[in-house]
Amino acid sequence: MGSSHIIGIEDGTAYFLVTSAKIAVMFGVVMITVAYTTLAERRVSAFIQDRLGPNRVGPMGLLQPIADGLKNLLKEETLPASASRLYFLLGPMLAMIPALVTFAVIPFAAPLPTPWGVVPMVIADVPIGVLYILALSSLGVYGVVIAGWASNNKYAFLGGLRASAQMISYEVGLGLSLIAVLMLAGNVTLTEIVSRQQQLGIWFALPLSLGFILFLICAFAETNRLPFDMPEAESELITGFHTEYSAMKFSMFFIAEYAHMLTASALMATLFFGGWDLPGTWDDMYMFQGQLISGFGANGAPIAATLTVWKSLATFLGFALKTGFFLFLYIWIRWTLPRFRYDQVMELGWKVIIPISLGYTMVLAATMLTLYEAGVEYGFTFGLVLSVVSGLCTLGFVFLLDKGGTIGGAASGKKVTFEQEIL
Amino acid sequence: MSGSYIPLLVLFGVSIVNAIGMGIASHILNPRRPTPVKEMPYESGMIPLGDTRQRFSVKFYVVAISFIVFDLETVFLIPWAVNLQSLGWGVFGAVSLFVLLLALGLVYEWRKGGLEWE
Repeated sequence: MGSSHIIGIEDGTAYFLVTSAKIAVMFGVVMITVAYTTLAERRVSAFIQDRLGPNRVGPMGLLQPIADGLKNLLKEETLPASASRLYFLLGPMLAMIPALVTFAVIPFAAPLPTPWGVVPMVIADVPIGVLYILALSSLGVYGVVIAGWASNNKYAFLGGLRASAQMISYEVGLGLSLIAVLMLAGNVTLTEIVSRQQQLGIWFALPLSLGFILFLICAFAETNRLPFDMPEAESELITGFHTEYSAMKFSMFFIAEYAHMLTASALMATLFFGGWDLPGTWDDMYMFQGQLISGFGANGAPIAATLTVWKSLATFLGFALKTGFFLFLYIWIRWTLPRFRYDQVMELGWKVIIPISLGYTMVLAATMLTLYEAGVEYGFTFGLVLSVVSGLCTLGFVFLLDKGGTIGGAASGKKVTFEQEIL
Repeated sequence: MSGSYIPLLVLFGVSIVNAIGMGIASHILNPRRPTPVKEMPYESGMIPLGDTRQRFSVKFYVVAISFIVFDLETVFLIPWAVNLQSLGWGVFGAVSLFVLLLALGLVYEWRKGGLEWE
């Protein structure tokens, strides 16, 4: 075991080396995960539809992403004569850059002990955490809109317009559903949000169940995945905003989409499922007055956390599993739910998600203030009461959506009896 | 806190270099044999009629304006949410009023048909 000193900016060379290593590894891991998510998507789709999927390149098709990448690199690129050249080039880059840098603030494992000091397993533990993610996720819309505009193609243009309206609508919902997390965590730093979940003893998914459901819906809409893939909607708009893009530029949009999915999955795991935290308390560690502790003893004194390499590895595996599950959920839902109609998407966003998340925020705030007033300490009981309140809210939400009056079908606004429908 | 923004800047740099590198690599490696037909906008094989950049539905502007209002609301709620415990009931009342006003705005927009898409 090395010293318990946490490597920070004041360590100079050590900090520089550690940070460069982390950036290089994370960038590589993200790119490889993105490449293999494309393969997983095709294999899982094939599995769901009872066919084989790509299995010819390498064992079980494992080299398929590399073949795809090389093919896209060597293919001829078309540039429509009427397109705006500069923006046409800028579009895919603007889509890809924010998608790749968002991951930097997400903690992916317990701090790793090394002979030179403790290395926090997050690239940049910035004090603005969640705000940084919100800011970058709204940058993602620029790439799509610019690409749609620059192509000078009617389908691409419509796709870009739809994307802009849809993404900004759901961004409001995304931000509002995050308020619940911030209230419970009392902080916007993602490492703090993870440690507050350890202190609570329950992952936020239960005490904030409705918040999680709203966040999930908004994350799907933000990443333009089915059932919210209006900007692409191939049966309506060819492929939407990237109709004119081919070869590597098309690849870049693909990378951006999957990187967004990866980040959204990692965020769901971090904000609502404890991040790298594993069930039980053996791996708990968080900062308390500048020291890493694992909890408080019976007399209230902090117990210093014991760090081991194995703990870091196990927690990293836990984080990867949670993220992987949400990536799988993305693919699973794609082949389970049909696409919304555009007016339904906008109605869901403005008439359901926003009012409900506002109301839910206020209900939670009132409950939490009452609990604090009643002298209930932040801990298991606190979480349990919130879970009950949120559970009731979730039931109400499901009930409301199940009534079917909120999102209009083909006969929106009218009561249609069975006889009228078959006539 | 060892929180520092330098790694973020570095990562931004890496991503930008990566994006530009991909563009340049494919520019060098791929063949270019443009023909007039290849350079036409792809509209399912039809010859495009008219210009793409025409006036479009005003709905999109309405959404954009509502977005600004509600996104700002989120931004105002964040500092309150983070300090919920220390601010107590007084500020809760003020925030409720603020949220109520915006909710009224939403209801007004809803009633006026600003949220309808036919």
